[in-house]
Amino acid sequence: MALDKFGIAKRIAQELKDGYYVNLGIGIPTLVANYIPEGMDVFLQSENGLLGMGPFPVEEDIDADLINAGKQTVTMLPGASLFSSAESFEMIRGGHVDLTVLGAMEVSQNGDIANWKIPGKMVKGMGGAMDLVASAKNIIVAMMHTDKAGNSKLLNQCTLPLTGTSCIKRVITDLGFFEIKENAFHLLERAPGVSEDEIKSKTLGKLIIPAGGTREMIL
Amino acid sequence: MNKIYKNAAEAIFDIQDDSILMLGGFGLCGIPENCISALVQKGVKGLTCISNNAGVDDFGIGLMLKTRQVKKMISSYVGENAEFERQLLSGELEVELTPQGTLAERIRAAGAGIPAFFTPTGYGTEIANGKEIRDFDGRMYVMEKALHADFAIVKAWKGDKHGNLIFKGTARNFNPMMAQAGKITIAEVEELVEPGELDPNNIHVPGIYVQRIFQGADYEKRIEQRTFLKKI
Repeated sequence: MALDKFGIAKRIAQELKDGYYVNLGIGIPTLVANYIPEGMDVFLQSENGLLGMGPFPVEEDIDADLINAGKQTVTMLPGASLFSSAESFEMIRGGHVDLTVLGAMEVSQNGDIANWKIPGKMVKGMGGAMDLVASAKNIIVAMMHTDKAGNSKLLNQCTLPLTGTSCIKRVITDLGFFEIKENAFHLLERAPGVSEDEIKSKTLGKLIIPAGGTREMIL
Repeated sequence: MNKIYKNAAEAIFDIQDDSILMLGGFGLCGIPENCISALVQKGVKGLTCISNNAGVDDFGIGLMLKTRQVKKMISSYVGENAEFERQLLSGELEVELTPQGTLAERIRAAGAGIPAFFTPTGYGTEIANGKEIRDFDGRMYVMEKALHADFAIVKAWKGDKHGNLIFKGTARNFNPMMAQAGKITIAEVEELVEPGELDPNNIHVPGIYVQRIFQGADYEKRIEQRTFLKKI
């Protein structure tokens, strides 16, 4: 069975390492924070100026002056730090963040990503997405494999306006874990109970399945 | 030297129609509530507002949109505002969308005396259209220019009579760079204290950047997404 959004977040959490500074985007990426392995130090960066972000507060501790990039009220963990938006993006552009996880509308087999604009629809803006994809060395895209109409979001070429070019190396969807290299999506792992044939049928971009077959994710 | 003004109305007395303003804040966090109300009262029009977001329908910059005082917004994200959408689609409002990090750096550059800089952000996207592209050591970068303003309007937690400022939590966001970038910087603070009361080791914005300061009043500090954990 394909993963739900929590399953995707769980699998991404397995990519975390002790001491990582991580920026989690809005949506499925935010859920990754719930699956940080016990005993592992992972510091969450919120691009509005907070490093060491904690969970939501209890109601009586809500502080209007402490929000995340999704404008939700949050807390700080012991050892947190606060800074300006300019410094926040110095961290991001300067390559100091170890892992960035973000959602996407489309990803292409050469690592382009589109996630900010749909022609003909009201444009809300790119926020920090273009900065995040421009410099991060380690980006994981977390998304559903197909859109609501069933169309593949893993493409030969993006059709929507781009957020960044040749920057995505890993994609985790409800169907599998893919590495992008040599102009193709390489299937590394299948979601539990999902067949290679199903992934093939739902992937429009060039898909490479290793000769020896692929293993199922262990969650 | 006197930087102290009685209230927002006095501090913004000379802001004219068609001014270019910077307004601090991220979402509704750290926005200059008092000055926004005073600008609505004053009714100045044709404003260009540089601000990461555009408020919500009935708060923040949304209040100035409702009264059609804003000609142009320079922002990174402008969702959450139906009136904004209506004015944009009808052509009443112009919007320049800028990636958030580029916006922050363009503002920082203006205050730091840097006319332009090269950033990897936006290379290969429509944001780079018409801009100079340059290769540095095999990577491609886009030239972005400094962003200046006639007035920078910022909100701090504490300030002293010399204009030194301290922020609280994530309410810092765009406020420090804007304070540096404004030709005239107006700071509203929750608590205005005497010089010497703030620890010099903990000043976020040195007073040299701030021309006017006043003790704000009646802060609502509205929360956009009130998220909390249920106690078990």
